[in-house]
Amino acid sequence: MRLTLMKEDGILTARLSGELDQHSAAQVRRELDRALGDPSVKRIEFDMKEVSFMDSAGIGVILGRYRTVSGRGGSMGIGNAPRNVERILRMSGVYTLATERSMR
Amino acid sequence: MKNELRTSFSSLTQNEALARGVAAQFCMLFDPTVEELSDVRTAVSEAVTNAVIHGYGHRNGVVGLDLVKEDDLLTVTVRDEGRGIEDIELARRPFYTSMPEAERSGMGFAVMEAFMDSVEVESEVGRGTTVTMKKRFGRNG
Ligand SMILES: Nc1ncnc2c1ncn2[C@@H]1O[C@H](COP(=O)(O)OP(=O)(O)OP(=O)(O)O)[C@@H](O)[C@H]1O
Ligand SMILES: [Mg+2]
Repeated sequence: MRLTLMKEDGILTARLSGELDQHSAAQVRRELDRALGDPSVKRIEFDMKEVSFMDSAGIGVILGRYRTVSGRGGSMGIGNAPRNVERILRMSGVYTLATERSMR
Repeated sequence: MKNELRTSFSSLTQNEALARGVAAQFCMLFDPTVEELSDVRTAVSEAVTNAVIHGYGHRNGVVGLDLVKEDDLLTVTVRDEGRGIEDIELARRPFYTSMPEAERSGMGFAVMEAFMDSVEVESEVGRGTTVTMKKRFGRNG
């Protein structure tokens, strides 16, 4: 799993690439939490375009980061998920927590 | 004609990708759709992760993954000899997890059920857990 992070205007954009499972979740969590250590980050956006596989371990990662940003009054966005990833995201209900960028 | 593949591997999270790969490769025998293949990969990943983190709790152990093809029917069995499940009905409930503090979402069994035709769980506390999942291929043409 490769992670590309960008920070701009209090928005952390995380572009994930590869397979997000229990094994890669630990690394993703660590890198995201390091970036979220900056209290000026008020919104996290997950770009799922390059995620080739994800299971419920990935949902745990997303929900955990959502908790962090919402705890400081922030918001979350999720976009570009391929079909197989989209199905599991929908099942989990995380989309109901996500908002469009303009609503941050 | 019946065709079987029986494997066992160390209970390490790094073997999840391997288990998915083996299952996907076996499924090529069914001439699967992209979606069918992804269903099986995801369900296998959920069951194997559970065996590693819940069954063995990261202790050393052996996870069994058996794949059987009978015509268009796939049977996948994931087996551990770990701690077992006390209340299977509770464990299978969507969003139930015994490890909320570890950022688990409790979706594993729900995902297996959604992506496979049937999921059967047998477990004995202190003895281990066996998850048997079935899927019929070629449903959508
Ligand atoms: N092989 C197993 N051995 C022991 N307990 C298990 C096993 N598989 C599942 N369980 C129990 O069943 C519960 C539900 O499993 P499920 O996969 O649905 O959720 P989870 O693993 O807790 O979270 P998630 O899969 O979303 O990361 C687990 O929390 C665990 O207590
Ligand atoms: Mg699970």
